[in-house]
Amino acid sequence: MEIRAVYRRQLREIQDEILVMGSMVEKALASSIGALKSRDIETAKRIIADDEKVNRNRFEIEERCIQLIATQQPLAGDLRIIIAVLNIIVELERIGDYAVGIARIVVLTGDEPPIKPLIDIPRMTDKAILMLREGLQAFIARDAQAARATAARDDEVDTLYIQVYRELLTFMTEDPRTITRASRLMQVAHNLERSADRVTNICERVEYAVTGKMQETRMKGR
Amino acid sequence: MDISKSAGAVQVTDHRPVKLATRGVNLFYGQFQALRNISLDMPDKAVTAIIGPSGCGKSSYLRLFNRMNDLIPGARVTGLVEVDGMDIYQRDVDAVDLRRRIGMVFQRPNPFPMSIFDNVAFGPRRHGKKDRAELAAIVETSLRQAALWDEVKDKLQQSGLTLSGGQQQRLCIARVLAVHPEVILMDEPCSALDPGATLKIEDLMRTLCARYPIVIVTHNMQQAARVSDVTAFFMIDHQKAGVLIESGPTSELFTNPKEKCTEDYITGRFG
Repeated sequence: MEIRAVYRRQLREIQDEILVMGSMVEKALASSIGALKSRDIETAKRIIADDEKVNRNRFEIEERCIQLIATQQPLAGDLRIIIAVLNIIVELERIGDYAVGIARIVVLTGDEPPIKPLIDIPRMTDKAILMLREGLQAFIARDAQAARATAARDDEVDTLYIQVYRELLTFMTEDPRTITRASRLMQVAHNLERSADRVTNICERVEYAVTGKMQETRMKGR
Repeated sequence: MDISKSAGAVQVTDHRPVKLATRGVNLFYGQFQALRNISLDMPDKAVTAIIGPSGCGKSSYLRLFNRMNDLIPGARVTGLVEVDGMDIYQRDVDAVDLRRRIGMVFQRPNPFPMSIFDNVAFGPRRHGKKDRAELAAIVETSLRQAALWDEVKDKLQQSGLTLSGGQQQRLCIARVLAVHPEVILMDEPCSALDPGATLKIEDLMRTLCARYPIVIVTHNMQQAARVSDVTAFFMIDHQKAGVLIESGPTSELFTNPKEKCTEDYITGRFG
């Protein structure tokens, strides 16, 4: 029989929970942009309501981590995993909040026609979601190198953000009537850019869990 | 499990001056080798914890420093065992004097069947101190340092055996302190004590380490994590001899050990 079998199982369950929470957040982010594209207010409202589940999930995982620390005195690699989980759930919850922010903009915008077809914003979304997925996979696989590679891709999201920003600025300068709609899209792009930044934080925690080194991997928010 | 990797290398454990050290030490009990090629530095004015599974030679290693293994027939030591850079296994080293310099606290409190006062005064008296006032001063200072004075000052003539287990252990620490040791060795000093008494001894260790280097052997990893500055992890090799796997600052060893074997042990995967 495996020594400390119950403890090991609890430790694995916490990591499974992270994946569940990750997929909830991923879905919220993807749906928020889907709702933006199709001006689907109902979906947007559902995303806002469902955020409660993400938040609850975060507290449940946090509670389980605290229980493990208090009752099992985890050490070394186990301790680092739990500390990483405690940090990762905060990042995931914030990404969930960014999705809610986008959904609120969808509700606010209502049926107003878009100022332009959405091209770079969906690209940013795809990249941010892929980063999120790969960051969490790196955590489960204990792969620091994969985590670093994922974090490095934040640059691509930043580049797209700058592109979107400039484009929207041009709209606003050329036609002040677009200011409200353009600034809302800027907020959407900002939320996506920040989501990718949060993924780089997750990647830093993966690196910590694997190597024990605490360091910033990327310059964020450029 | 690969445990040959780190064995034999000198492990520098801390930035403080080294008080105790071994270089390539082997310990034999007759044909049986209990310790193999242990090289380790232990800093002054700090707590060094030695952890490892049963039979890994932790206590045998501790006993090298006051030559208690000499008392076991067939015991033989090779390599260097140093206190302040002096080899304590040289012929001209007086083992009795060495045991005064290197005090030891054992697993079970072992007060002598005499009064609290006489227990503490026992060592100084053996070393020739007779003056009543001087002895009284030593007893008070030692009991204060052992955080026991307030509890026993009104009953110094009572037998040491009337005290609780935790108090008896602090009495034994006071007895060690009374002869002004250079080093305090502790062999599982809390294993017979309840949690409250254990925490008192741990607090005491943290206070005493400002003045004395302390080396503690413990089975309780949380205790090692709580009280020590440096931790050394011992294991048993394929021939059942104790080997040093790694040592380092306690905060590092318990959060990010270098060796997988250490990780497996402290996270409870074996042992």
